[in-house]
Order: sequence, then structure tokens, then C-alpha cells
Amino acid sequence: MSTSFTLNGAAIILAAAPGDLLIDTLRSGCGLTGTRYGCGEEQCGACLVLVDGAPVHACGRETVTLDGRVVTTAEAVPGHIRDAFLAEQAGQCGYCLSGMLVAATALLARNPAPDRAAIVAVLDGNLCRCGSHPRIIAAILRAARGAA
Amino acid sequence: MIANTLPKSLQDNPRLDQWISFRAGAGAVHVRAGKIEIGQGIATALAQIAADELDVALSRLALTAGDTDVAPDEGMTTGSMSVEMSGTSLRIVCAEIRVLMLAEAAARLGRPAAGLAVEDGAITEDGAPTGLDYWSLGVSLDREITGAAPLKPRAAHRLIGTDVPRLDLPAKLNGAGFLHDMVLSGMVHGRVLHPPLIGACLVGVDEGAIARAGASFLRRGDFAAVLAASEAAARAAHAVARPDWQGGRAVTPDMGEAAWLVGKPALHARFREAPRAGGERVSATFSRPYISHGTLGPSVAIAQFEGRHLTVWSHTQGVYLLRRHLAALTGLAETAISVRHAQGAGCYGQNGADDAAAEAALLATLRPGAPIRVLWGRADEFTHEPAGTAMSVTIEAALGADGMPADWVTTIWSAPHVARSHFACMLPVQSLPDPPDDPEHHDPHPDGGGGASRNAIPLYDIPNQTLDVHVVQRPPIRTSALRGLGALPNIFAIEAMLDDLAGRAGIDPVEYRLRLLSDPRARDVLSTAAAMANWAGRGKGGEGRGMGIGLGRYKNRSAYAAVVVEVDVDTEVRLRRIWCAADGGLVINPDGARNQVEGGIIQAASMTLKEAVRLGEEGIASRSWAEYPILRFSEIPEITTKLVDPGDVPPLGMGECTMGPTAAAIGNAVAHALGVRVREMPLTRERIAAALQA
Repeated sequence: MSTSFTLNGAAIILAAAPGDLLIDTLRSGCGLTGTRYGCGEEQCGACLVLVDGAPVHACGRETVTLDGRVVTTAEAVPGHIRDAFLAEQAGQCGYCLSGMLVAATALLARNPAPDRAAIVAVLDGNLCRCGSHPRIIAAILRAARGAA
Repeated sequence: MIANTLPKSLQDNPRLDQWISFRAGAGAVHVRAGKIEIGQGIATALAQIAADELDVALSRLALTAGDTDVAPDEGMTTGSMSVEMSGTSLRIVCAEIRVLMLAEAAARLGRPAAGLAVEDGAITEDGAPTGLDYWSLGVSLDREITGAAPLKPRAAHRLIGTDVPRLDLPAKLNGAGFLHDMVLSGMVHGRVLHPPLIGACLVGVDEGAIARAGASFLRRGDFAAVLAASEAAARAAHAVARPDWQGGRAVTPDMGEAAWLVGKPALHARFREAPRAGGERVSATFSRPYISHGTLGPSVAIAQFEGRHLTVWSHTQGVYLLRRHLAALTGLAETAISVRHAQGAGCYGQNGADDAAAEAALLATLRPGAPIRVLWGRADEFTHEPAGTAMSVTIEAALGADGMPADWVTTIWSAPHVARSHFACMLPVQSLPDPPDDPEHHDPHPDGGGGASRNAIPLYDIPNQTLDVHVVQRPPIRTSALRGLGALPNIFAIEAMLDDLAGRAGIDPVEYRLRLLSDPRARDVLSTAAAMANWAGRGKGGEGRGMGIGLGRYKNRSAYAAVVVEVDVDTEVRLRRIWCAADGGLVINPDGARNQVEGGIIQAASMTLKEAVRLGEEGIASRSWAEYPILRFSEIPEITTKLVDPGDVPPLGMGECTMGPTAAAIGNAVAHALGVRVREMPLTRERIAAALQA
């Protein structure tokens, strides 16, 4: 069974069976390792991708449901957002950061000038164990200012 | 013979070329170190140090860390020792190489070395090139390190002490950078069936379901795994394997409480002993539960056994110790094993990294040829990594006529804090036929850093101290090193006790501490943090808002930190603001240090307020993030950090210095807010309600 969708701006057609998860399609099938396997239970946010602009846990989404959709992974987030994370040195181990980048991308597309409360509300489903939260918030504020 | 005063890393790895080599043609400097990157920024700090002492550009450096084939053995990357050990060693090595190079250049040019300088690896004289550089000079580094070369004075540093951006972050923000991402040709994917209870026997498994899921089944004794061509197939087979486990060390929910440890069979050590003083005696018991490392990415390893040689890729904190364990596990000689470090998610101590590596190595030797990758699931990580141990800390003090403590008697009950060095404690070992006996677990002596006893000896000038530590030998679950070991519960207990004694004496808690504190650097961070938080205006407390302070010097010999926390407490605790003053001596990368200091604050706050491993009849019952909540973005307060500059002094490890002071400051802030003290972590809604009703 073939599924076709737009992946990071390019049309893609691939074989997928019901039950195949998007995270496996991306990591193993497409070599896009930016989508991180964290919990497999849609609880940590490390695997977030955008589907038609909305953040989705790739570990809980079947690939066959993506026909005709637009999928964006951490590899394709806007450069100024990534640059803002670098400028703030927003990370320690870095494992959660792909999910943070994706969540930030969705937020800034919807709300180009979020305040701290709006950022916190969006990120509350994303876990960081190292304690880089203040820097991640600062990075998203910086990206919003366009000061990266 | 003159005693060797070089750092231990240099005594163990005494040749210059074990650390540095120059790649002619490429103009590159290859740096090798034993301390590995675990998200703490050490790779960047070591590069700064090497580039600064060698006088080369940072971009010329290539760092290899943690590889038994090529990198020096510096033991484990633990205990906030990396800058102190590896960093100091690299400084000495690089300074010595620079002097050697200048001497060789002087001889070739027929000029005095004093007139020569190095600019990005090129030898210059009065700012003009001499045509010589590190790469063309061809000085042999196959020689013993003497430690004779002077280190650069602080004023001459170009990179040390500056905010060099993390070298590893760009890759991690571009979808790469982790062992999880490594793909080897023909790689087979494994998932291990883990026994729910220690020592349980596997009496059955649904081999038909495993085969239908496209996987094969492999077992040796009670060590069992499924193997498949893809990670997804291995995961699916693992989900339908339905292993039937019987027996094992029984657990019940109450065993998860720290109080359960008290009085169980234990090894006892009395690390301090003094006579009791006269006067009124005050006593209190504090505790924290078992804590998960909560590594965000599950443990992973790849192993390949080919041509009688075993190669293992692991996010272990110690490639050489792991190699020794793998030799015992497989019967191979250590020389037939290579262990290579690759990065995992932050570990904060001994998570499942080494266990996954042992599992992959076992599978690889059972199935030679293809590389075998073992990935744990989220539940594996929560239920089978060695937890940070629960601890019960009782402090009893006599009060002098001046209201100050006249003696100080500490009694600790704990499970082992450090099990890594014991082969028998590796997860798969107990599932193999004829497993070795449990080792004896002694607590490391506090004078060497301690385990349960870490920071149990107060930093304060308190006379007549007695310290008893009981290490319970058979806890209900596996335990090993978690960030700070005993420092968090011990500093939580000491600082709570001091606050309560200050209250009895009617003395402000900061003033009370200062009367007991002669160490000027400790006084400085304490006073600085208090000033940052406007401690003088903290109010009376008792009406739901509180401010508390905590102080510690990690291991009583590494970095100093004082933390002030302001909270609101109604049914639960809400963090309002946190201030921190820390003194880590010579700081290699101030921004990196701040990142570590603040990360430690947030992690310690999470442990103090929310975290506890829960036990049930089936073993560990907290198996997911929903069942093991940690602090979220909405619960993170504003944090203000100041790095206190103590002048030209050596670096002190900073990575764990805020854990204890943060827990203590939160505990004291809650007590200030409520007027009653909660002595058991985590400081949950239920415990607060119970304390208010008592």
C-alpha cells in the first residue's frame, strides 16, 4: 500500500502498512533522525513533527493516515528559530530539542509575537530533563523578535 | 625519589602522545580525553583549554573522548570531576608541548626561545612568521609528561573563561548527534525481555507470536531477547512476547519508602565519632524516596562480534570499566574488546547505558557477524535502570547555651549509591546461568567524596560530630549513582535542621549560618545569594508565602553554591523565584557553567517537589512519564544566577553543586511559608496537608 505526502517540501511516495508509525518511517525509512524516539507513548514531545502545520507526536501517528498531508520535521524548521536556540545556547544534552524546535515553529506560525505565558502554554507537553527550560523560552522569544 | 605530583590522569596516561597529536598537512590537532560529553559541555570546555594552552584556533581541534583503542583511561565521567581532572591534565600536557615546540624552533633558528611566540600554531618572532609551525617542526611527543612547563597565567587566557558556544549543539539541532542515530550495515535490532523482579525465572514465552511478528527469539538462561530486521519489528515482537516470569525478589509498595530501609541488614560504618555534649537535644528524621534518572532518550547500544573481536558502541560514562565488565561477561580478553563512546541523552548518573551495552554484547557473541543494536523502551528505562536510592537521614544535635549546636549526630540508612564497579550488578548478569553472588556494598568514605555520606558532614564549624552510615545490602530494586549521590538528601537535612535551630534561638537563618561559618568562600556565596534575593525583606512567613536558603560545597571540596527560593504554598508548592550564587573557582566557560548550575536547580526542584519511584507487587509501578511526573515548563520560575569570582584559583567541579542547596532552599521556603516543616521528599500536596494537620 503506498502513501504519498509532502515531506519537508518534497513530494514523497512510500510503501506503508496499517500500523506502521510515522516515527519509524521518518527515522528508519527516510533517515530523518531529527525526529527523536523518547517514550513512544506521546508523553514527552521528543518526536513532534508538524502535520499541516500542527504539532503531532510521530510515535503515535500511523503513516498511512498522512496521504495528501504536509509533514515538516525538525530538520526543516526555519533557520532563524534554530539560530535563536544556538544564540541562547538553549540545551544541554539536546535530546528534547527537536521537539522544542517543532513546537516553537508551530507557535510562531500562529502567533508571531508570543509572550512568555503563550510559550509556556505550548511547551508544557514537552519534557526536558536537563533543566534548559529558561533558555528554551528565551530562544523562542529571541526568534520572535527576529534578533537571532 | 621525588613523589609524582602530577594529576592521576597523567600518572595513568604518562606520555604526551596519549593526549595530543598533530596531523601534518591538515593543520589539525587531535586531542584525546577520557571524559565524555553527557550534555554537560565538557567537550567544549576541554577544547577551550587545549586551544588556549597550545595557542591554536579552536577550529583546528578534533576531540576523541571515550574510546578504549585510542583515548586515555581517566576512569568514569562522574562526580563533577571532568574539568578538575581532564581539564587540568590537558592544560599541563598542552603547556608542555608548547614549550617543547618553542625550544625546538629556537634550536633550529639559533635564537633564544624567550623571543619566540606561537600564533595559531605558527612560531613567530616579534610578530613575524619564522616559517616554522607545530606541524612542520615534527617534534616527537612519544615522551613522558614532566609537568614542568608553567601554565598560562589567567591574564593570558584567550579562550579559558570565555563563553565559547557548545561545539556539539549545532549537530543536535540539525537532527544528528546521538548513538540512537547510528546505522551500521546489516544491523539487527534487539529488544530484551526484562524480568519484573530481581532474580525472576523465565518459564515461558509466546514464541509463535514472536515469529509471526517477524522476529526470532534468543535466550541463554533467563536472559532472553527478540531479534528483528527493524526497530519497529523488534518493538512489535517485544509487545506480543508475553513472557511468563516466576519467582524473584518479592516487593510490596511500602518497600519504596525510605523508612523501610531503617533496621534492615546493612553494612555499618562510623565515619566520625565524638562525645555527646550536654544540653537540650533536638532530633529530626528526613528522607527522600527512590528517584529515576529520567533520561529522556531510552538507553541504546550496538555491538558487533566479528573475527573474534567485540566492538561495542555505548553512551556509558566509562569505556574502560565497561570493557572490563564485558570481558567478564563474554570470557573474551580485554584486548579483544573495543568500547567506543557515542552520545546518548543526558544520564545524570548510571542509567541503563551499561546494561544495554552488556545486553548488546551478549547478543553479539551469541549471534556473531552482524552488528546488533539493543534499544530500551520507556518502561524499560523506568523499571530497569538502577534508581537513585532512597535515604533516611536522622540528625540529632545538642543545643549550647548560645543556641548554637554543641554536637551533631547523623545516622543514615541507604541502599547502595554506587554499584557500577561490580560486574555482578549489571542487569543481564543475574539472568545468566550460575550468576555471581551479590557483592558487598560499602559506602565510600566521605573524605574521598562519599556516597550516602556525601555532604553528610556539615560545611559549618560544628563541634563533636558523629556520623553513622548503614548501607542496606538487599534493597527491593537495583540502585546506583544518581547526580550528587547523598548530597541532595544530606544537604536538605542539614539545612532544615539549621533553620529549625535558628528559629529556636530566635536568630535569622542567614545570620545563624554565618556564625557557624569560617570558610570565606562559603560565606561569600551565602551572603551574595541572600543579597540577590533581598533576604532582609523576606517577611515573617507563615501565611503561604515563604523564602528559604540552602548552602553547600559539593563533596565539601568542589564548587560552592547558595540558593534562595521563594514559594507560594496553598495546597501545593509553586516556585516563584530562585536566586543562586556559585563559586567554581576558575570557570572555563561561564555560560556553560551557568547552564549546568541552572539545570541542576531545575532538576533538584523537580526531585524535591514531585518525584518518587513507586513500587507494586509487579516491581516498579511508575512506568511512564504520566506515572513519574517531572517539573514542566509551567512550573519553572525565573532563575537568577551569579558566578562569584574568587580570584586566581583552580577550577572546582560545578555540575552537581546546586542539587543539595536547591532541595534545602525549597524545604526551608515551604517551612517558612507554612510555619510547619515537611521532612519527607517529595513535598507533595498530601504531605503538606498532613503537616498542617499534625
